[in-house]
Amino acid sequence: MPREEIDIPYRLDYLSILNEKGEVDEELEPEMEQELLIKLYRSMLLNRRFDERLLSLQRQGRIGTFAPIKGQEASQLGAVATLEESDWLFPSFREMAAENWRGKSLESVLLTYGGYNEGSVIPEGLNNLPVAIPVGTQILHAVGVAYAIKYRGEKNIAMVFFGDGGTSEGDFHEALNFAGVFQTPTIFVCQNNHWAISIPRSQQTHSKTLAQKALAYGIPGVQVDGNDILAVYVAVKEAVERARSGGGPSMIECVTYRMSMHTTADDPKRYRKDEELEEWSKRDPLDRLQKYLMAKGLLSEEEIDSLEEEVKKEIKETVAAYEEKQKELGDPLLMFDHVFEELPPHLKEQREELSRELAEKEEEEQNNG
Amino acid sequence: MAELTMIQAINLALHQEMEQDNSVIVLGEDVGVDGGVFRVTDGLIEKFGKERVMDTPLAESAICGVAIGMAVKGLRPVCEIQFSGFSYMCMHQVENHAVRLRGRSGGRFHVPMVLRAPYGGGVRALEHHSESKEAYYAHTPGLKMVIPSRPRNARALLVSAIRDPDPVIFYEPKAVYRAFREEVPDEEEAFPLGKSEVVQEGKDLTIISYGAMMRPTLEAAAKLQESDGVEAEVIDLLTISPLDDEAVNQSVQKTGRAVIVHEAHRSFGPGAEVVARLVEKSFLYLQAPIARVTGFDVTIPLFQRENDYLPNVHRILRAARKTLEFVA
Ligand SMILES: Cc1ncc(C[n+]2csc(CCOP(=O)(O)OP(=O)(O)O)c2C)c(N)n1
Ligand SMILES: [Mg+2]
Repeated sequence: MPREEIDIPYRLDYLSILNEKGEVDEELEPEMEQELLIKLYRSMLLNRRFDERLLSLQRQGRIGTFAPIKGQEASQLGAVATLEESDWLFPSFREMAAENWRGKSLESVLLTYGGYNEGSVIPEGLNNLPVAIPVGTQILHAVGVAYAIKYRGEKNIAMVFFGDGGTSEGDFHEALNFAGVFQTPTIFVCQNNHWAISIPRSQQTHSKTLAQKALAYGIPGVQVDGNDILAVYVAVKEAVERARSGGGPSMIECVTYRMSMHTTADDPKRYRKDEELEEWSKRDPLDRLQKYLMAKGLLSEEEIDSLEEEVKKEIKETVAAYEEKQKELGDPLLMFDHVFEELPPHLKEQREELSRELAEKEEEEQNNG
Repeated sequence: MAELTMIQAINLALHQEMEQDNSVIVLGEDVGVDGGVFRVTDGLIEKFGKERVMDTPLAESAICGVAIGMAVKGLRPVCEIQFSGFSYMCMHQVENHAVRLRGRSGGRFHVPMVLRAPYGGGVRALEHHSESKEAYYAHTPGLKMVIPSRPRNARALLVSAIRDPDPVIFYEPKAVYRAFREEVPDEEEAFPLGKSEVVQEGKDLTIISYGAMMRPTLEAAAKLQESDGVEAEVIDLLTISPLDDEAVNQSVQKTGRAVIVHEAHRSFGPGAEVVARLVEKSFLYLQAPIARVTGFDVTIPLFQRENDYLPNVHRILRAARKTLEFVA
């Protein structure tokens, strides 16, 4: 009856391939098509510039509160770039870049932040779930969808995003546990951006890493430099391939940084030092990929300029399209759509009630004006 | 006396209660260093330290469940749930334990905890940040459900909630948080739970409301006076459960007509309970059907449409006039 160490059959790796200076570890460097790399760069740039545009629109009062993604582009795009179109994506509320890569329009982002429920409409054929604001809640859904995929004998996988804060919710633990027990093809992608509003990662959990939590549930876990798009891509791809071939779930912790405020209602100066942001600015994922691509001769100054122009134009057109779309969405009666497949009698009555009232209001306004 | 916003008034209540009773503990997400996302707990951590002002991990069920344990051991935890829309994650702890431990243990244990949460619409927020689901809690035996409407009553009711021997859900109307200031006495003040307030006396009609809806309600009452010469009696419930049915019935027995206003959904909402109590106890005094002006039975829409969801002065006036015009 000895006391002896239990041999736990998992190791925990940290993966980094492309460092802050844009230098690459050639042994670990993945073989990625030039087209994919440029597409990723363009998407990072587009989302960075769009994020900046959202901030100015919010400051002008043209949209409401939103959650900036600045700094997290690599850990979102590197992960979703491994998906097939028919796979499933479960975002939290800070995955604009990931959702956009998968086909969600930037116009719909504006609609949501502009206060229209229509922003979360998912077009037929797109296997993205709408944004989930209650922290951690969507993680379980990705286990359910993955279970259904497996049950049907399909080859797809379900990828779910959540933050460092999200790992404190019971739903996270319950999801990992279920996925482990039922060996569902679920990929858990944690965006450890160091902060959950004002709570630093170190106060969120006493664990050294978030990835190690996967090991407790018998699931492979890995920590990667989340500002290194190559590392994210490699680690997630490995997990995706494993899941697709029946090897079950995995968790990837992307160590990144929330370079902006939590939401536009937040003032980070109250709880974090400017120096921390300065440090992380040096590790900017966009600069890093740009350096890499330039060093490899895959991207030139001129091409960068023309991509900047291109995304600027795309954003301008998106904002214009959004403003045009607003005109179609002015009818408050739309709030009664999609409550049930068929509106029950009491809701028909309430809809009538609002409709009469709106007509009265219009009449009054005409009489007054 | 100082002129305070509701945020400052609640903050004052927390400061004073923590000063005079070291069993009072504040816990929640971002309540310490950040002072709460609405700054309601501002300055507490500096004054009382991080043992008494706990910046917790992001886990509402844990906040509530841990608070139950603290309360059992004699502390008086005041939990902040960042938005009421995230309080459902506490629901199983509330329903399964907070409200039952007293009975289950034959009175050996009780749970003097407060769960504060900002609720309600009208602040141009994201999804899950605008709801008004007090009925979930009001429906639960063993739970008190309190909703103040102004800085002064917010402060005085929170003091009572903290001192109460049983669990209290304290919903704060975020649309009122910084909307106006009111004189709040420096010295201690506690208003009893379970008591409503007649804010304006009148003889023609009773309008019953609470929380953020008190503002349009009072505005409508003033308009009725001004343009219709109608004297409305206005009741601010303050505590949703236990409902002050004595006051409500007394008023309606005088006026014979009643309108209830709340932003919560209509079906099975607090208004339905008020109607029931009136029908049960004042049936023969009623001179018109009781009207409800409420949010519709749809999830509150995002902000472009939320003003059409929420009750407003126009809607209250229309309901009041219809009630007044009714002849049997
Ligand atoms: C269940 C729940 N509780 C509280 C909130 C309020 N809230 C929104 S985001 C957030 C912090 C989330 O931190 P993290 O999971 O690290 O994600 P990040 O914001 O950093 O992307 C909190 C507390 C919420 N949306 N849902
Ligand atoms: Mg975070």
